[in-house]
Amino acid sequence: MGDPMRVRAAENGGTVDVKILMKHDMESGQRKDAAGKTIPAWFISTIKVTANGKDVFSGQFGPAVSKDPFLNFKYKGAKGDKIVVTWNDSKGDKRTDEATAS
Amino acid sequence: MNEQRRSLLKYSAVFSLMASTGLISVAQAQEWNKAAFEGKSLDDVFKVLGGGIPDKSAAVTLNAPDIAENGAVVPVGITTSLKAEQMAILVEKNPSSLAAQFFILPGTDPFVTTRIKMGQTSNVYGLVKADGKWLMTVKEVKVTLGGCGG
Repeated sequence: MGDPMRVRAAENGGTVDVKILMKHDMESGQRKDAAGKTIPAWFISTIKVTANGKDVFSGQFGPAVSKDPFLNFKYKGAKGDKIVVTWNDSKGDKRTDEATAS
Repeated sequence: MNEQRRSLLKYSAVFSLMASTGLISVAQAQEWNKAAFEGKSLDDVFKVLGGGIPDKSAAVTLNAPDIAENGAVVPVGITTSLKAEQMAILVEKNPSSLAAQFFILPGTDPFVTTRIKMGQTSNVYGLVKADGKWLMTVKEVKVTLGGCGG
């Protein structure tokens, strides 16, 4: 289970602006440790967002997405929408967090 | 050839056929697109995404800085006036070109912003798939400090 993410959702004129800040090292697989050994890649690979149970957004990341990935998107929704964000990483770990559109 | 390998081969053949004929919808194709993310060059990724080299389009807007002081955190956004189905961010000179791919579902605005890593100064490609066709826009981002190595 990964660390909690921060999810902000604000409704404005029928559009909900969702900002997600995930907490993940996003190891690129390019870096080397002090002994010169390559640190294996470890990153969030898929992310899915639903609002009131309906899919609104999904994405796939490679290791080139920054540490503690940030994501911003908009969908047509209303105040009070229950937003559920789930990510899976390349080691099979996953994390789900919720927020309510305000 | 053992049994397991045979069934795996059969399964993957069926799966790719389903994907190519459009039987698998975007929501179902949630499996991480390994081939695309492992593509070393732009051409590799274009090949996996399908449809050849995308046409340049003024309808696709890529929001990226001219100069990124820190290659580890480069804010990149894509917007378009088209009805986008998918979006992708590619960095030409990264070890693997594809940084992220997004699926825009009905009711979601064709707008996305995220942050990516860049190893060095490179062209950044913003791709949008609309009406089954990939379109792109290109912008060079100068990197002062690389963000991929140690």
